[in-house]
Amino acid sequence: MRRIAAFIATPFSKTQGVARWMLVIGIAITAVFLFCAAFAPWVAPYGFAQFRSSSGADFPKLAAPSPHHWFGTTDLQTDVLSRVIWGARTAVEVVSLAVIASLLLGMVLGLVSGYFGGWLDRVLVLVMDSLFAFPSFLLAIVFAFLFTNLIGSGFLFLSGGVLAAALSLTAIYIPQYFRVVRNTTISAKEATYVEAARALGATDGVIMRRYLFGNVIQSVPVLATLNAADAIGTLAALGFLGIGIQPDEAGEWGFDLQRALDDAGLGIWWTSLYPGLAIVLLITGLTLVGEGLNETVNPLLRKQRLVPVEMTARQPTVPTSETSVTSR
Amino acid sequence: MSASAGSLPRFIAQRVLLVIPMVWILMTLVFVVLRVAPGDPISAALGGKLTPAALDQRRHALGLDRPLIVQYGDYLGSILHLDFGKSFTDNQSILSVVRDNGGATLSLTIAAFLVALVIGIPLGLLAGRLRDTAPDVLIRLFGIITYATPIFFVGLLVQIHVAPLLGLPTSGDASPETLFVVPERTHILLVDALLSGDWLSIQDVLTHLALPAFTLGVAICGVFIRLVRVNILQTVQSDYVEAAQARGIARGKVMRNHAFRNALVPVITIVGLQMALLLSGAILTESTFNWPGLGQKLVKYINGRDYGAVQGIITIFALVVIFISLLVDVVNALIDPRVRY
Amino acid sequence: MTLVEQVPATPSAQGPVIDVRDLRVWYGTPRGAIRAVDGVTFSLDGGETLGLVGESGCGKSTLGRGLMGLLPDGAKRDGEVLFKGDDILQMSVHDARAMRGADLGMIFQEPLTRLNPLMRISQHFEETIKQHEPSLSKATIRERAIEVLSLMGIPPTRYRSYPHEFSGGMRQRLMIALALVLRPAFVVADEPTTALDVLVEAQIIRILNDLRENFDTSLLLITHNLGIVAEACDRVAVMYAGRIVEQGDVRDVFGQPQHPYTRELLRSTISLSTTGLNFIPGAPPDLIDPPPACRFHPRCRDAMNVCADKDPIPTVSGTGTRVECWLHGPAQEIPAGGDAPLPREEIGLADEA
Repeated sequence: MRRIAAFIATPFSKTQGVARWMLVIGIAITAVFLFCAAFAPWVAPYGFAQFRSSSGADFPKLAAPSPHHWFGTTDLQTDVLSRVIWGARTAVEVVSLAVIASLLLGMVLGLVSGYFGGWLDRVLVLVMDSLFAFPSFLLAIVFAFLFTNLIGSGFLFLSGGVLAAALSLTAIYIPQYFRVVRNTTISAKEATYVEAARALGATDGVIMRRYLFGNVIQSVPVLATLNAADAIGTLAALGFLGIGIQPDEAGEWGFDLQRALDDAGLGIWWTSLYPGLAIVLLITGLTLVGEGLNETVNPLLRKQRLVPVEMTARQPTVPTSETSVTSR
Repeated sequence: MSASAGSLPRFIAQRVLLVIPMVWILMTLVFVVLRVAPGDPISAALGGKLTPAALDQRRHALGLDRPLIVQYGDYLGSILHLDFGKSFTDNQSILSVVRDNGGATLSLTIAAFLVALVIGIPLGLLAGRLRDTAPDVLIRLFGIITYATPIFFVGLLVQIHVAPLLGLPTSGDASPETLFVVPERTHILLVDALLSGDWLSIQDVLTHLALPAFTLGVAICGVFIRLVRVNILQTVQSDYVEAAQARGIARGKVMRNHAFRNALVPVITIVGLQMALLLSGAILTESTFNWPGLGQKLVKYINGRDYGAVQGIITIFALVVIFISLLVDVVNALIDPRVRY
Repeated sequence: MTLVEQVPATPSAQGPVIDVRDLRVWYGTPRGAIRAVDGVTFSLDGGETLGLVGESGCGKSTLGRGLMGLLPDGAKRDGEVLFKGDDILQMSVHDARAMRGADLGMIFQEPLTRLNPLMRISQHFEETIKQHEPSLSKATIRERAIEVLSLMGIPPTRYRSYPHEFSGGMRQRLMIALALVLRPAFVVADEPTTALDVLVEAQIIRILNDLRENFDTSLLLITHNLGIVAEACDRVAVMYAGRIVEQGDVRDVFGQPQHPYTRELLRSTISLSTTGLNFIPGAPPDLIDPPPACRFHPRCRDAMNVCADKDPIPTVSGTGTRVECWLHGPAQEIPAGGDAPLPREEIGLADEA
């Protein structure tokens, strides 16, 4: 029990200074959204496409915030608060899928490419660099375009749009993991302890698993967190342009903002403010975690804690001019 | 082993050679992605608007009934002739679309880039120098929040709160009078207005450019802040800075001539990456401010499922990005003498 | 075969150029203060070269940096460092900085990273000279730079080159030229040849030796290589765990080492007549909590009871060598039973520093 508490407290105990606060605040914010995402059906007062109450009365259209609808309603008569909470679930679902998938694919490809080298490596590097150079959002649009048409209905509990969005995000983030993992693999490959292992008869698989994997895994958490932050933004942007997730499949913040564009001119602020704030807060939370981790992990950026020095009284050396005693 | 300029042409040639396979891969990727979708492009774009016979005719006219490999070869070949195809829905040549709308996107991205530099670099320098103090924390928070806020949200807020205050327009790139008055020469409205010398027109174009450029610039300045800050942190600790201090050089001079200058050099490299970010951001900004650029056109064609147009425009974007990164590499080689070898 | 000629030092009439008394440099850490330099006293006359030797982590580098004032934030100095009579430690930050380059010079260990890669050599010199003598013209600056560069064996045609166009050895010579261009009276050389190969090392040592003739510089040569010290230094100071345990004329100290640590150090060096490897058992002590009294006593073969009990009192031998060791200490200060051998467990379990 104490160990669990100690583990939870590590962001606070093992870091210091600005990095500590970044981590703590970031984790707190992210935790709130994760909670909403996990417990949406119970936390949200209504469904994301619900436009009438359980008693059959229609919700008002574009109503200002009130005790019934804390964040007001949209022009489609849906509850803004509910859509924000359900939107959290969508965002977390899509982004977790995407980050995990691109992480796995990128890492495997990077490990293999870095370890075996040769023409496979050269080809992969060229492909990844080309992908990396391309505007990621454009790429996401193109992939979303493709996947939306390809997938259609859905898979397990994931609707077609969600899957399409997740896959397109996956595709654009693979190059980053590939690059980092490949570079780490290459420098670790030449390390002397790997050479020693090989001399003792370790196979390629064993070497990759035991020696290289551990090295490589260090930079991944920071990258994954920052990627997740970026993915939320990209997902919202896709939703804003109406690509990917359709309104009947799930709530999505970007889509809500797109509809709110027209409301702005009429002085209606609640349809845009809350979804917008949600995006800003979640991305900020994730970025804070990523940057905080980076500060702690990266030795170059870590700042030594300065402790003031208290010196004892000075003891002047008193030279004597006695000749030496016979030595032993 | 002297710093001859002779090695520079060789470096450029090497980089150009590297670029060609990258371009080819991207072209292939775009083609594959857009063609792999089931159903054919024409039905997607125009199905329901034309009779089946007319659809077949269109298909044949655009060569979409030939085997994929042939279409692929054709696609690559036409790129070499700078023919980027035609849109399916409104039968425009992509080149003409770019000509008419590219200028708006160009002026938006350049203006936004300048805004980002002017805001981002000094803030990054300041944050790096005053590490872990209140200004540093605030600046970093500013960078994070501007990055976290979607461009369309910033645009929305700017339109609601800032525009009325400053009396700046929030839609389009110029008022109808200006468009009427200014003769089209370069297809870039700002340049044309400047060339015409008409002060009212210039003013009109600039006021229309202000808010979109500011929005996009603020959205991406966070990248510059973070980059410059990290570089400063590293250069301040470097060995040559300590050696300069050992020679008694004043602290301010050491910071300026050694730390800051060396920290900014990698920023130039990142400029290439920012071009990609800028183009993505431009698409969103144009939608938010009704800015008549390529991004807005792209969105329209996407929503219309117009593969031909989407393929053409994205191909052009890819080429532009690659060309700019090549340019950046060359500039980097000019600035940093170590890169040429 | 000696590499360089031994030039006798000329003590100046005004007294030593550098006179260090009870210098302490402590760093603050969460665990406690690291006593990197814990009471060091020595002096240098004009044209003298003092070698400072010791294991890694004994505080030699900190001492060099402490004299120059190049310590990181969080380090504190105490004691007196008199440069031609003025205490550097009492000076304002501005005055102390003005002395660096013009009166105090430093030569660092890693020549490859000590020059700004984006600046030409000429710009390095212009910056340095202009900082201290702003009224000089560019032509005069160039003259001075070329003069000192040619003394280092670097031709004037390379004046406008970039650092990366030079090899490691040449870069170290550039660093030395930069450090000396303003003719400082005192120079600290912190392991100047550790990163270089043996042939280049010989060249650099010869250059440093010529300093005395050409510039009359006092040189503090910090190194762990006893061979260089034997060849190029007038006097030597042996440092252990933040204190100087023995200092004196090189020939005396190396010929008849008095402190057990010096003896062990000399025995561990390798020459053509070496048949077996000697090492000092144990490891250097933790500088946050050093052993009480004599810091070397856990690893000393001849340790006595008093060594673990009372701080050794420095004594000066007939040859002028100063040593801190109870073996040579004033006998009347040793209490009864204090000269019995110290009982101990296996040294092999000594803590890592």
